Amino acid sequence: MSASGDVVDRAGTGPTAGTAGPAAPAQGPVLEVEGLTISLRTARGLRRAVDGISFSIDRAEILGIAGESGSGKTLTALSVLGLLPGGARTGGSVRFQGRELLTLNRRQLREVRGKQVALVSQDPSTALHPLLRVEVQMTEHVRAHLGFTHDQARARAVEMLEAVRIPDPEAALAAHPHQFSGGMRQRIAIAMALACEPALILADEPTTALDVTVQAGILRLLDRLRRERGVSVMIITHDLGVLSSVADRICVLYGGRMAEYGRTGDVLGAPRHPYTQGLMRSLPGASEEGAPMVPIQGSPPSLDDMPAGCAFHPRCEHARERCRTVVPSLRTLPGGRGLACDVDPFGQADEGVAGMERP
Amino acid sequence: MSPAGLGRFLARRLGIGAVLVVGITLVAFVLTHIVPADPATANLGQRALGDPAIVKAFNHEYGLDKPVVDQYFIYLWKLLHGNFGISEQSHRPVATDLGQYVPATIELALFAIVISVVVGVGLGVLAAVRRGRPVDSVLRVVSLLGVSMPTFWVALFAFYLFFYKLGWLPSGGRLSPGLQPPKEITGLYTVDALLHGQWSLFVNALQHLILPGIVLGIFTVGTVLRFTRASVLEVINNDYVRAARAKGLPEWTVITRHVMRPALLSIATVAGIAFGGLLSGTVLVEKIYSWPGIGQYAYNSAVNLDLPAIMGVSMVVAVIYILINLAVDVLYSVLDPRIELR
Ligand SMILES: Nc1ncnc2c1ncn2[C@@H]1O[C@H](COP(=O)(O)OP(=O)(O)OP(=O)(O)O)[C@@H](O)[C@H]1O
Ligand code: SF4
Ligand SMILES: [Mg+2]
Repeated sequence: MSASGDVVDRAGTGPTAGTAGPAAPAQGPVLEVEGLTISLRTARGLRRAVDGISFSIDRAEILGIAGESGSGKTLTALSVLGLLPGGARTGGSVRFQGRELLTLNRRQLREVRGKQVALVSQDPSTALHPLLRVEVQMTEHVRAHLGFTHDQARARAVEMLEAVRIPDPEAALAAHPHQFSGGMRQRIAIAMALACEPALILADEPTTALDVTVQAGILRLLDRLRRERGVSVMIITHDLGVLSSVADRICVLYGGRMAEYGRTGDVLGAPRHPYTQGLMRSLPGASEEGAPMVPIQGSPPSLDDMPAGCAFHPRCEHARERCRTVVPSLRTLPGGRGLACDVDPFGQADEGVAGMERP
Repeated sequence: MSPAGLGRFLARRLGIGAVLVVGITLVAFVLTHIVPADPATANLGQRALGDPAIVKAFNHEYGLDKPVVDQYFIYLWKLLHGNFGISEQSHRPVATDLGQYVPATIELALFAIVISVVVGVGLGVLAAVRRGRPVDSVLRVVSLLGVSMPTFWVALFAFYLFFYKLGWLPSGGRLSPGLQPPKEITGLYTVDALLHGQWSLFVNALQHLILPGIVLGIFTVGTVLRFTRASVLEVINNDYVRAARAKGLPEWTVITRHVMRPALLSIATVAGIAFGGLLSGTVLVEKIYSWPGIGQYAYNSAVNLDLPAIMGVSMVVAVIYILINLAVDVLYSVLDPRIELR
């Protein structure tokens, strides 16, 4: 299956797309984030970088987290692993398979990291250790977590390299990361993440550093892995185009808050939040009429000058007076959709009330 | 790096090293010949100086009556045959003197560099990991003291405290009076004593090493500490360190395997440079602790204008520097697979 086929498959069929996944067992979500807040210590005191984010990821599901730079995507992912910068304070709840992660101690966190939740970083040329052979990097956590012998861990490494389609796994193990291309490195990084068979992979901009042609391959790989192995994936990106092909659901962040979330077909097919609209229009050739790309005016706020009211109001064409003072609350729309815009300029009159079902 | 590649690299670098040594002989030779003092004046007694025949014989014996260029080539020719000439103070072949004094200095310098690199790296990592905490502040003061205290001051103070006041450590020399050195294998008393299984001799030699070794290494501790802290902090914020933590590895593994390896690259360079600086420190330390090494020998040769000895020492020091640099480069390629030795 090609990536472009996926685009049609998921983005084009509307509200039913998300339900066509693999047979998920009837159990709770793998990850549930509820009202997550993260405050960071900055030069000017404690600043809230993530404010009230909620989402969940089911088994074998791909959730996309989208937003411009500084919207809090990486912090959200790091909070799951307890890897936030020193002095960070968290609130709300992050539950993995029903277990609260935000209150774990260091030893308990280490048990989760790499074994149950794995991280794949943006740039494989910096995320793989330049001086250690691939074999060391692919087996050290397997041995630490699963108590494997050297040979068992090596066999596991070969298996995972095969799963990500590295041509000659034995040779790859003996090599150093700089001997591979960017795309191959990212495959190795994903194989490394898979090695302990975690239930969840957090992929922080896994394709941003790669060529466009290579990007599609990595996305197809993640899609295949969740289908074949039942692993859940959180893909972080600032590029909605990346998500259209693989994500089941999308969560759009702005200024550390949720702007909009819902099934991929819904959100990308008919974006309701002015920010999502703006992101869509800024994609090259993404809109239906093939209109030219229009970047969003201005730039995202930094922690130190977060606007009052709706954080997006200085850049929003639809802003009203109340947007400057009142923080819009996240309303639930029909179809499990969420929206944080009080003006809702693209909404339909009969749909705008929380809890109402579609006719 | 393949063994063949390493062999080619070593051959090339040793060749360049040889050229450097010849260059150094030239510089040393020129320097010693523009020194205005007359070796005959420095070496002959008052009475002998009054007798032109004796002065002439002296100058003839040391080739001092030949043209300078000839003197240089004669010297080079002798060097090629391992003949450094006769020391004008000890009246023994310089090569024999060097054979006696060089191992003493190597033992002292190796002891000092190993101790100070181990301590400096350890404390530097500690300071980096505890950045901004009280430990870090204390270590900052320690490293500052280490690099700013004058060696002669530390040497005298340590001498006063540990020998005179406390009596814990011997005042100087390589062994206590009356003890026979171990039968020579490497010339390093501690190593040779161990190889012969002479425990009490080993302990005695080690006791004599401690005071001069630490005094000599204290500056290096400060330098290595500072540098280690900086390079660990540089490495520790890398993506690959976060990736190692995200894999759930124990913090000890993250630091020793993922952080220290890249940090060691730059530490190796600093340690190499520090070793050079440490060698020049031996002159003072050997004098104070009566350590019979080439530091003292160099000092005595210089004040006595003992030309053959001065040039012999220059040669040895040059070769040591070249070997240190080579060792650092080879270490680099062992630590970093991306570096191709050329
Ligand atoms: N260690 C830190 N110290 C201070 N502020 C930080 C730190 N890490 C992140 N921030 C701030 O927190 C906010 C959210 O950061 P985050 O890294 O989560 O953004 P992001 O959405 O991942 O952006 P990007 O697309 O640039 O990766 C930003 O304003 C960022 O400047
Ligand atoms: S709340 Fe107001 S400023 Fe914010 S997105 Fe909606 S219209 Fe724009
Ligand atoms: Mg980020």
